[in-house]
Amino acid sequence: MITETYDLVVVGGGPAGLAAALEGYSNGAQSVLILERDKELGGILNQCIHNGFGLHYFKEELTGPEYAQRFVDMLRDTNVQVKLDTMVLEITRGKQIHCMNSKDGYMVIQAKAIVLAMGCRERTRGAIAIPGDRPAGIFTAGTAQRYVNMEGYMVGKRVIILGSGDIGLIMARRMTLEGAKVLACVELMPYSNGLNRNIVQCLKDYDIPLYLAHTITDIQGDGRVEKVVVSKVDENRKPIPGTEMTFDCDTVLLSVGLIPENELSKSAGLAMDRRTSGPVVFENMETSIQGIFACGNVVHVHDLVDFVTAESQRAGRAAGKYIAGGEQKSESLLEVQNGSCVNYTVPQKIRTENVEKAAEIFFRVNNVYKNVVIKVTDGDHEIVRFKREHMAPGEMEKITVPKALLENIAGTLTVSVGKEETA
Amino acid sequence: MTELICIVCPKGCHLKVDEQNDYAVTGNGCKRGEAYGKKELTNPTRVVPSTVKIIGGAHRRLPVKTSEPIPKAMIFDAMKLLDTVTVNAPVKRGDVVYRNILETGIDFIATKDM
Amino acid sequence: MYDVAIIGCGVIGAATAYELSRYDLKIAVLEKENDIADGTTKANSAIVHAGYDPEPGTAMARLNVLGNAMIEDIAKKLNVHYQKCGSLVLAFNEDDLHMIYRLYRQGVINGVPGVRILNARETLDMEPNLSTEVMGALYAPSGAIVSPWELCIAMADTAKRNGVDFFLNSKVDRIERTGTSYRLHCGDKVYEAARVVNAAGLHSDDVHNLVADVPEFKIIPSKGQYYLLDKSQGSLVSKVIFQCPSKVGKGVLVSPTVHGNLIVGPDAVEIDSDDDVSTTQQGLDFVRETAVKSVPGINFRDSIRNFAGVRAQSERSDFIIEESTSAKGFINLAGIKSPGLTSAPAIALDCIKLLEKTGVYLKKKEHFIEERQKVNFKSLSPEEKAALIEKNPLYGRVICRCETITEGEIVDAIHSPITPRTVDAIKKRCNAGMGRCQGGFCGPRVQEILARELGIPLEEVLLNKEGTYILTGETKKGGVQQ
Repeated sequence: MITETYDLVVVGGGPAGLAAALEGYSNGAQSVLILERDKELGGILNQCIHNGFGLHYFKEELTGPEYAQRFVDMLRDTNVQVKLDTMVLEITRGKQIHCMNSKDGYMVIQAKAIVLAMGCRERTRGAIAIPGDRPAGIFTAGTAQRYVNMEGYMVGKRVIILGSGDIGLIMARRMTLEGAKVLACVELMPYSNGLNRNIVQCLKDYDIPLYLAHTITDIQGDGRVEKVVVSKVDENRKPIPGTEMTFDCDTVLLSVGLIPENELSKSAGLAMDRRTSGPVVFENMETSIQGIFACGNVVHVHDLVDFVTAESQRAGRAAGKYIAGGEQKSESLLEVQNGSCVNYTVPQKIRTENVEKAAEIFFRVNNVYKNVVIKVTDGDHEIVRFKREHMAPGEMEKITVPKALLENIAGTLTVSVGKEETA
Repeated sequence: MTELICIVCPKGCHLKVDEQNDYAVTGNGCKRGEAYGKKELTNPTRVVPSTVKIIGGAHRRLPVKTSEPIPKAMIFDAMKLLDTVTVNAPVKRGDVVYRNILETGIDFIATKDM
Repeated sequence: MYDVAIIGCGVIGAATAYELSRYDLKIAVLEKENDIADGTTKANSAIVHAGYDPEPGTAMARLNVLGNAMIEDIAKKLNVHYQKCGSLVLAFNEDDLHMIYRLYRQGVINGVPGVRILNARETLDMEPNLSTEVMGALYAPSGAIVSPWELCIAMADTAKRNGVDFFLNSKVDRIERTGTSYRLHCGDKVYEAARVVNAAGLHSDDVHNLVADVPEFKIIPSKGQYYLLDKSQGSLVSKVIFQCPSKVGKGVLVSPTVHGNLIVGPDAVEIDSDDDVSTTQQGLDFVRETAVKSVPGINFRDSIRNFAGVRAQSERSDFIIEESTSAKGFINLAGIKSPGLTSAPAIALDCIKLLEKTGVYLKKKEHFIEERQKVNFKSLSPEEKAALIEKNPLYGRVICRCETITEGEIVDAIHSPITPRTVDAIKKRCNAGMGRCQGGFCGPRVQEILARELGIPLEEVLLNKEGTYILTGETKKGGVQQ
């Protein structure tokens, strides 16, 4: 029951989907369709009303809605089609997309190429098993952000924030500006996962204490949250008895991590990477099924939308090429592995022939490091190294390996981080 | 000497500002960081993003921001001004929703078409 | 004046209302919370037990086996998620092997169909993800899983369609005897009934003590904590996996749920307060550590929710299904611990017999509504989905992304016989918010739809019980229009 056919279908109309659609369109895709489940394009940027976006890409500081709108405006000059309020239910290996909305009903769309740009979702209380009562007043930071910034409702008056990721920090400031009292930001790790600038302008500016190496050990409340107990944790992240602090509050906001949203990727049968919770991708963001590409937070969680944009443009470009010219060569395949101190790499595989000038590899480290080197090795052979003064798990790292250095290598490429050996 | 973390970009450089020496900045990665370090100790300012009530829009609130950074000390008073504003859709990005915040010459402007 | 008033609308009260609604009787159900299925019914293992556990000769043994068969039939007629997946009790040592043989013999005596003992190889062939330490298992093909709150709501809704009156937010705080009837006071409202069925679960002793001269039983609440895991873990096992009950404890079960998740739990801790459904670090740790002995590969990083439920145990070893000795026509259905969910419809039949003995005249209704229709969008074929959206575009809009629940289904739920008024009441009826994001995306939208359909302000929509307000006011007062 195929209802429509397109060269390129982009699943998700957030920053990743918008950039991929535009780039696919200008690289050979004649008919492009974006499927977006919300009522408007822009994705999560619409609720990120704070400034700080776009310094790399637009060379100026924009708010989330402004960033999104620049892309939406660019879309106006194209014939890229958009279906809003549309839910994708299933994607098949044969690139058929089952989706539906109230207006068009149930659709099965045949695509030549697909870009997956579904983004990610927030981890919840259940995922981290915070003990205690289950009253109202516990929100993920993103849900609270939508209520406050788009719906115009406050979600609480006295707030504890668990997790010092950027969304949590940003919400500490937003809640304060809207008249709530943010009592504390509590972080399990001995370091924050948020950007330093956000710790300064969201917590320090408003004298909100940040408790590192602490966690919530009990939530009390009959109807609504009434009290939260915060304890210090030891080096194994276990609460230390006797360190409890009790806060009278009515709200807990959780900023405890993001998970790529890959149920559709799994339904299509894509090879997945347990480390990223995203699909395994090649250098051009192609997945294990030819002609299906993925980009943005669905592949791995980014900190900066500019990096999402760049990655998605790469996916869009590759999708355009695929539609025009078919399969990519894959004679020399490099597996990219994470070595010591590195949690994952994207891409996971590189086809050297398809690398243009240089291969970009993204990764995160597993702890805070100072004055270290990033080494790219092929067995015992070191290919290239990069120095870094400061690395942290909260900051996605990017290295660029020139194509020339990859040409004579086969097998595996290992990215690791370590102290610089004294010669 | 005051140590600061630069908030100009996501890099977050660790700055040192020497008050005794005409607020000379070290540790900055770019020129904007130097300007920030100096300003943060003499006249700290921030861009304030917020929302205003909108009638007839796709959402119940329209995102806005200050057209320029305003003095830090004015943030809460500036926020109060927004409580007095209701706009009607349609609004274009960049439209002024509140003019001349607390005599600064800076406006609150819409950050989204709605 | 009602012929029968039922106090409490958990699964026991609902089953009683449902079975009684077959007869020409005037029936009222009084529920203290703002929704039905709100106590033990909404927080338990969701298992339809086969019936080898209870000691032969007890009411529990008889009602379990009967209830097991009845639920299969009711689930089919009333469109309730149910799956006859079978169950295993695992043995890991000699003591356990003795235990499963004992359970096997009990099963045979109790009349459990098809029970048999499996050796280690047969067990692992059946469930490859079990621990290889397993030495054998008791297999009961009639063990099943069900959605307990759906079952409760389906029976209550059907009872209502067959004429039963339901009153929510109606806590019975005083009972007056007139000699021929009982006057049940709920705040300033009074309901008079000739007979009363006490199905108040955890509070059934308190309710009985409102009318009795001397207490006849005491509820000793026992809390059990659970993990609910994402669908990614839902196919680790295909059957309900029990451990042997032993001196140190009852063991922890691992089971698929009817919605495709994995449920793991419970522990058992006696508690002071009937309403304490808090989880504890200690309890959750115990559940995790014990469960992996059965199924080592459970990935608790894929946990989506933890919860605790309270078992309404009494000091007696069997269910209490009897007329109060000091109050004629006042029937207690109390101390309904496990296998209470399974036994519920059978307990209702026992209750009806007791009512008949007290002189209630039972005449079957001519037009009893047997069936209950419910759209379950996700389970339809693409063609059926297409046709349904064409008929009603609301089915084309997905509200709960994790569970693919459409606006049409939510609106259906809101206009179902017993009106849900809270976000969790919607969750119980159509599963919106049950998924991995736990209502992060759909919660606000469900709130919006509830406000719209019920004609109430958004801020008045609660999460669940009274006092669970979600919003604390608007952000911007607004002012002069510019």
